[in-house]
Amino acid sequence: MQIFTCILLGFLLVCAISVSLSKNLLNSILIYMSYSLVMSIIWILLESPDLAITEAAVGAGVTTILFFLTLKKYARLWTRKRGKMPPRMRSLRR
Amino acid sequence: MSRKLSDDEYRKTKSFRLKRWLDGTKDPFLDTVEMKAQKPFEEDQEEKKQFDQERKTRLTNWVYNSKRNRDVTAFRSLYRICAALFCVFLLITLLTAVSWLPTEGEEDRPVNNEVSERYIESGLQETGAVNIVTGMILDYRAFDTLGESHVLFAATMTVLILLRLDRDKDKKEQHADDRVYEPKNDVILQTVAKILVPPIFIFGIYVILCGHLGPGGGFSGGAIIGAGLILYVNAFGFAKTERFFTAKTYKVTSFCALACYSLSKCYSFYTGANEIESVIPLGTPGAILSSGLIFVLNICVGIVVAGTMYTFYVMFRKGGY
Repeated sequence: MQIFTCILLGFLLVCAISVSLSKNLLNSILIYMSYSLVMSIIWILLESPDLAITEAAVGAGVTTILFFLTLKKYARLWTRKRGKMPPRMRSLRR
Repeated sequence: MSRKLSDDEYRKTKSFRLKRWLDGTKDPFLDTVEMKAQKPFEEDQEEKKQFDQERKTRLTNWVYNSKRNRDVTAFRSLYRICAALFCVFLLITLLTAVSWLPTEGEEDRPVNNEVSERYIESGLQETGAVNIVTGMILDYRAFDTLGESHVLFAATMTVLILLRLDRDKDKKEQHADDRVYEPKNDVILQTVAKILVPPIFIFGIYVILCGHLGPGGGFSGGAIIGAGLILYVNAFGFAKTERFFTAKTYKVTSFCALACYSLSKCYSFYTGANEIESVIPLGTPGAILSSGLIFVLNICVGIVVAGTMYTFYVMFRKGGY
């Protein structure tokens, strides 16, 4: 169990650093979401299931969706003004 | 033009001359005036080349030349050094503060005082909640939770004020933009939502109703129900959800929930402060209808949170119901 916790904590550190270093905003949001998910598992290991449920629902679910919506709005604003996608956001295009 | 005279005769009359003079096609002193379109502006290529060259040399020699802008370079390097020093200082301060914390599991930690002792020892008898955390946040510290619910409500109101669209033109634009990057009736998403949404709702209701018996409570259950609503909207569109959940529904339900919370808490504060025996029975711990007001308060918080999550989503997506 100790090793498992250590692996999770290491993953948490990697996530936290790579969120700020990632150049693609979509990737940043996805990494942030996985950070919340790992955090909720750590809450269960720390014996606070109340927090784990809230973290999974709010951190990994609702917050990420709101971030996605904001990103979509941002991309749309850019396309309307300049007629093209902003840099680093071309992966959003279908 | 004249109706009575022919064209040649009309040209000789005074009225024709007056008309030409008024139109500006003939100057009375200098005969016929010709109006020509202006020539398009032509740039002298030589001159432009020279100007560009000069600009380039000026940029390289003056603006981007680090020898001439020593103050800017000095400021930049100083800024970097200061930022690094500040980071190191912050790191050292925080690590020192952490090293001063009492060690984990020691008996004489400042956290182990009579307050937490009282919570753990007589929490079950006083609140009737098996889950000590719920008993703490909805009974001993219910006033904090009331403030939290109101903060959430105020946050929603702020989002409403900032993101709400009032003009019909903006609304139409938003509606057109709504599904730019996604397909309209995604079969995979709809099938998944059909299977997943009912269990999500039931799980959320279970988490709210059993908040005093096990892990969970109003906030987490409300967030789960809100997430389920968002999934439902994503799959089936706003036309389906607006049959049962509109802005009016949100306003009425959250107002009723907050008022119910405030009134029931007012009652328990009144009885507690005047040492009157409360008429609400605590019930047997472990039963679903137990722990007095906590059950009601959990439902109130759950309603407010679920509505708030969904309203946040709708406001961010289209700026109004």
